[in-house]
This record gives sequence, C-alpha cells and structure tokens, in this order.
Amino acid sequence: MTETILEIQNLSCGYGEKTILRDISLNVITGEILSIIGPNGSGKTTLLKSVTHIIQPAKGKILFQGKEIQSIPRNEFARKVAVVGQAVEPARMTVKEYVLLGRLPYFRRYQFMETGNDRRLAQHYMELTHTDSLQNQLMTEISGGERQLASIARALVQEPTLLLLDEPTSHLDITHQAQILSLIRRLNQDLRLTVLMVVHDLNLASEYSDRLILLNKQNGRIYRTGTPEEVLTEPAIREIYNTPVLIEKNPLSGKPCIFLSPENCHKRELI
Amino acid sequence: MKNGKRKNWFSMLLILVILLLLSCIFALCTGSAGIPIRNIPEILINGSGTVEHSILFHIRLPRLMLALSIGGALSLAGVILQGMFRNPLVEPYTLGISGGASLGVCLNILFKWYALIGVIAYPLSGFLGAILVIVIVYSISMKKGDLKTNSMLLIGVMISFVSSSLVMLLMAISHSEDLQSIIFWIMGSLDEPNMILVKMAVAGSITGLLLSYCFCLDLNALALGEEEAIHLGVQTERSKRYLFIIASILTGLSVSVAGIIMFVGLIVPHFMRMTVGSDHRILLIGSFLAGASFLTVCDVISRTIVAPLELPVGVITGIIGGVVFIYVLSRRQVSL
Repeated sequence: MTETILEIQNLSCGYGEKTILRDISLNVITGEILSIIGPNGSGKTTLLKSVTHIIQPAKGKILFQGKEIQSIPRNEFARKVAVVGQAVEPARMTVKEYVLLGRLPYFRRYQFMETGNDRRLAQHYMELTHTDSLQNQLMTEISGGERQLASIARALVQEPTLLLLDEPTSHLDITHQAQILSLIRRLNQDLRLTVLMVVHDLNLASEYSDRLILLNKQNGRIYRTGTPEEVLTEPAIREIYNTPVLIEKNPLSGKPCIFLSPENCHKRELI
Repeated sequence: MKNGKRKNWFSMLLILVILLLLSCIFALCTGSAGIPIRNIPEILINGSGTVEHSILFHIRLPRLMLALSIGGALSLAGVILQGMFRNPLVEPYTLGISGGASLGVCLNILFKWYALIGVIAYPLSGFLGAILVIVIVYSISMKKGDLKTNSMLLIGVMISFVSSSLVMLLMAISHSEDLQSIIFWIMGSLDEPNMILVKMAVAGSITGLLLSYCFCLDLNALALGEEEAIHLGVQTERSKRYLFIIASILTGLSVSVAGIIMFVGLIVPHFMRMTVGSDHRILLIGSFLAGASFLTVCDVISRTIVAPLELPVGVITGIIGGVVFIYVLSRRQVSL
C-alpha cells in the first residue's frame, strides 16, 4: 500500500518578482527516498524551502499528511519534519548543546530543562552519526563536514517522520558521504523514515534513491520523475545539463552510473 | 553529564548572587560618611532618626536600587539584542534609543518643560524620545509582517546619528547653563532623588527579566540563524517582535532615568558569555546579576574616587569595563 506523506499541488514560487518554480506537482510516498536533482539554479533548494515555511508559495498548495502546511502549528510540524540545511551556520555552542536543540519542538509550555529522555536520544544519535567524540567541542571549532554530521544528528533527534536534506554530503569526503547516505538508507529501512533530499552528485542520487525528480532550469518545471533507471538516461542528461555523458550500470549495485565524457575522449570516439 | 550542567549553572548563580550581595554591602558602607558594616544591622533596626539612618535610607539605598536595576536592565537588553541580531557588536544604544532619549531631554531643557511640570519632565521627555525612536525603527523595519533584522540595525544606527547631530545642533545654540545640564544628563548619573522613579526602574527591570525568560529557548534557537530556528518550530517573527520590545523598553527606561551609561550593555554580556557559555537559560539571569553588581561597584568608585566631587559613572564603566575586557580577551584565546 502506498500512502502519500507530502503532496505538492501546482506549486509556483520564487523570490519577489522572479519565479523559479512553475506548476510543480509531486507526491512523496511514505517510506521512500526521493531525491531532487537538476542543474545549479534550477530551484532544488527553493523547492525544499517552500516545504519548510521559509518561502511562501505564490500559487499552489503543499499538503503534509493531508493538511495544508500553513495550517499546522510550527512546533507540531517540527516534530514531524526535520530539515538539514545546506550550510550550517556555526554558533558558539558545543556539539552536544546543538544536538539537544533538536528537542526544542518537544518542550512543553514552561518547560525549561531537557529531560533524561532528550539527553538519551541526543547521545544515541550522536553515536549513530559518529559525533559523540566531538560532543564537548564548540561548533565553531570543528570542520564543515563534522558540522554537517552534527546537523544530521540534530535533525534525527527531532524524531521526524519526514527528513528533508539539502545536499547532505556536499562538505564530506567519500568515507563520510557513503557513511551518511548508508545511515540515511538504514534509518529509512529500520524506522520507515521518509526522506526528501536535494543531491548534487548524480551518482550518489542514483545509488541511494528510490525515485528521482529532475528539474528543468529552462522553464522551472519538472522534467521527469521516476526510478533512477527512468530518469538518468543519456538524452535526458544531455538535454538538461547540456553535457555529453555515458551511462552504464554500476557493476556492484546495478544502478545507473554516469561517466563524464571529456571533450578529447568524445572526439576520439567520434573518429 | 546531566547533573554536571545543572550543578555548573547553580554554582555560577550562587557565585553571582554572592558577588551581588558583596557589592551591595560595599555600596552601603562606602561614602563620604563611612558606616562600618557591623553598625548597619543596628542602624536598620533601631536607628531611625539618626543621621546614619537617613544617609542609608534616603541617599545610599535608593542609589543602590537604581544602580542594580539599571545595570541589570542594560546588560539584559544587551544580551537580548546581541542574541536576536546574532551580532556581538550590538548594544542597547545601537538602535538609536539613547539618541532619541537625549534629544527628548535636550528639548526639555531648552524649552524649559521642567518649569511647567516639574523634575519629572526629564525622565518623561527622555522616555518619550526613546519610545518615538522605537516606534520609528519598528515600523520601518516591519515589512510584510516580517522584521528584517539587518535593516532594523541600520535604521537604528542612522537614527542614532541623526539624533546625535540634532543634539549637537541644540547644544550649539543653547545658553551655557542649559549646556551644562544637557552635558550632565548625557553623561549619566545614578543620583535620582525621586523615589517613584527608582521604584519604577526596579519594577521595570525585574519585569523585563521575567518576560525575557519566556523567550530564552527561542533565543537559543535563533543563535543558529533564522531559518534553522523556523525548522525547530520557533515562531521567529513573534519572538523577535517581543524581544525587540522588551529590550527597547528596558533601554528606554534606563536611559530616561539615569542618562546614558555606556559599555555596561556591551561588555557584561560578552563577559558572561565567556564565563557561563551561550545558553540563554543561564546567560539572561547571569548577565542581569553581573550587570547589577558591575554598575553598583562602578558607581561607588565614581562617587568616592575624587570625593567630594563625583565622576560620571559612565567614565568608570568605560574605563574599568574596557580595560578588563581587553585584558581578558588578550589572555584567553576566545572567539566571540
């Protein structure tokens, strides 16, 4: 049975006069990992921001669990939807304090201190994201990648049903890229956590997503939605990214894998 | 770990309260007529009518109360504003509130409103000037129901410049005796004979402290930036609006009662952030207590160091605060 957790209907939005996204409709199905891909400036982050109340849609509706997101109280929304932003702005607090802030939506009125349960959860997710060894360091004094890991721990502490990630692996080395995406995959399977993420790297998107959404920068619409095999085709990539590529099956996973064809190789092939 | 943090906060609070009590005793004992500590309980119990009793009750106690509440209010306003603007250079006077208050008081002195309605005209005109600035800053930066923090800061700074230029203009065209009272007022003093105003300052600062605690967790979330705070379920516009109002009323109240006392609202919050950390649950009360003690001690120094003359307390807060702050900053590797 497939049920929709997030439904976007005919969404158009942008910044001021400038419309970035036009007439976007999509469904996020409970339990899937859905990745948004597309060239720079195609509105991937904008789409995510419109789901998280940061950008008001100019047209269209966004429904979370059947309710319009504007009508859901913010802290209730934050208990169900957690967001990991693109760049984590470092604040002068320890990693542990930062991760514990993820429990904020659960604070009752007049509650002042974290409960034992809050601290247990923070500890648990810091261990999962390998940030527990950093917990007493300041956020300003750890690396960008470590900050990203802490940010994921903070989001998981919110115990969301839907996790939104904006380029979760952009500052990470391949060890951590694989680690984080495998972790997300595992959480997705174990907790049935639904994930909607923006991914820049097409191969990572292909490897770790159930479905992909390819945005078209030319008109701000969705170019194609579907499984990695359906979306990542040579003509599609050539049209959207304006770059010749070669697509093969990854021998290990069977997912499509994209190879750039640099100009000189390309010519040689033609000859 | 859990109890570590709470214990840590508790001991910090204890230290601050002890410091506060010590500075209170120091303030009550020191002055042109030295009153030894051991005599104080006796004077309090059955000394009514004596000279010492009236010195304690009518001179030193009101002054102490005012120092405590103004010091606390300014530091608290500083913490709130630095927190919501995420800018370590903001202080209560950055938003132009002090400029508005000085302009109000200047007008009062020049047009002799005090002759019409009495001494109350000084704080009243100051407060009206402050409120006017608050309303201007607030309504300009309020666009589409959303407070734009950066434009708010810039507008505040500009209003501050405009009003200080106007004050200069007024000073240039005023008579010398008016000039002197303007300068005295602007330099700030904790000498306030009107007991009602003292009580208002005390009540206002404590109310501000209590209200600010409704938003301490929001301030913690805002430290991550506005978008992150929204993601954590914080109603950022509402919190920012209330925090701005709390901070500006606190500032307006202090400025109109005690004039412009610089540095307290800038240095104390930084100092506390270095010692207790940046969690606003402890930082708010910590800064309030530390600011109260700091201003009390500075005031004692300002009225005794060149006795029988009195230095403006702003001079002392600036010198002591600035020097200590630079010392601490250069000794420890701290990032703000």
